[in-house]
Amino acid sequence: MSLCLEARQLACERDGRWLFEGLDLTVRSGEILRIEGPNGSGKTTLLKILAGQLGEYEGELYWNSTPLRKAREQFLANLLYLGHSPGVKAGLSPLENLAWYQALNGDKGSEEQRLEALAKVGLNGFEDVVAGQLSAGQQRRVALARLTLTRRALWVLDEPFTAIDRQGVTALEAQLAAHVQAGGCVLLTTHHALAVTSTVRCVQLG
Amino acid sequence: MSLQRTKAAPAVVIVEAPAQGSLWIAFKATLERDLTLMLRRRGELLNPLVFFALVVTLFPIGISPDPDMLALIAPGLLWVAALLAALLSLDSLFRTDYDDGSLEQLLLAPQPLAILSLAKVVAHWLFTGLPLALMAPLLGIMLALPAGSYAILSLSLAIGSASLSLIGAIGAALTVGIARGGVLLSLLILPLYIPVLIFGVGAVQAALLGEGVAAHLAMLGALLAASLLLAPWAIAASLRISING
Repeated sequence: MSLCLEARQLACERDGRWLFEGLDLTVRSGEILRIEGPNGSGKTTLLKILAGQLGEYEGELYWNSTPLRKAREQFLANLLYLGHSPGVKAGLSPLENLAWYQALNGDKGSEEQRLEALAKVGLNGFEDVVAGQLSAGQQRRVALARLTLTRRALWVLDEPFTAIDRQGVTALEAQLAAHVQAGGCVLLTTHHALAVTSTVRCVQLG
Repeated sequence: MSLQRTKAAPAVVIVEAPAQGSLWIAFKATLERDLTLMLRRRGELLNPLVFFALVVTLFPIGISPDPDMLALIAPGLLWVAALLAALLSLDSLFRTDYDDGSLEQLLLAPQPLAILSLAKVVAHWLFTGLPLALMAPLLGIMLALPAGSYAILSLSLAIGSASLSLIGAIGAALTVGIARGGVLLSLLILPLYIPVLIFGVGAVQAALLGEGVAAHLAMLGALLAASLLLAPWAIAASLRISING
């Protein structure tokens, strides 16, 4: 089964200024869609709209050709969104953070799964350290561990490479490539030059 | 990070809907998460209790140490102080989640937001309203509150503070996007607190006078039932508005 997220004539206004107007875009299984544009051009807003988070926009969104408003539950069950802020609780350890995210999806998961996911993002030995004591890059990595832990088809990633070191960037690029190869799709914004072999389509804002 | 390029990832599955029974797992995990977080910030947890004790301690000094006079004002004073203490703790209910981005993740969870926010309110009540209710008889002794009304005081506060947490959470959700929403929050929800206050104090006063307390407690219970039914949806809608703004 393939998936398809489509936007038709999307427009969004902020403080009397049109961030974008008449935007048409489609993402299908096996595709990476990259949203480009200078700071303040509305990349994050567009991602939030496409992730079903913001309701103030004009135009229509379709999930597998059903209007998104009608297919919301199914859409959310297939979505993994990583925003500007990593969504990692400073007062909880990486393990506890991941456990909550797993449970939010109705999956109790197991400690082994979580340890494995954390090891994969290079956080061995930090599993039980309170996240507030980790560096910004390490906190990002905790959030990125959700990519391996929760299997979702559609990834919406807002600046996923922020604060990640060079090795981490390479590994994340490989992970993105593997995801689209397996039939998933990725929507992302980044200022970083993506070194991914699979097809990357771009949408230019601003 | 050591992801092997060669290892083929399993094919991505597109699911129809979240699995059965997943809502309960999500509810429990959110409740546990909030309780753990609160336990790790003990200072903040003690704030409303200390405030409650301080206000009640100052009154005999400020007004008069006369036991008869104190016993007269004790029910109202205890209830007002507990209400303000609960109000004080509400601002932080969604604030940290909003700041670190976990609130938007909560909104995007494939579960009804109303139920998940109810979990957060239950956690808030367990560590704010319930301790206030348990502490109240102790402070009642300081105010020369006659014995025999302590149980009703605790019970009315326990039921009442649950409504306070639920109603207050609507205000907290509405003001979470505003940098200093504390004052606005109080203005928004204090009018809604008045019925709870009236019947709460009424129950304690009836117990003091030896009248039946059942009617007052029933009204408190009815208020709790109504807010339990309606507040979660209002909280969810308010959170959506705040995130949109």
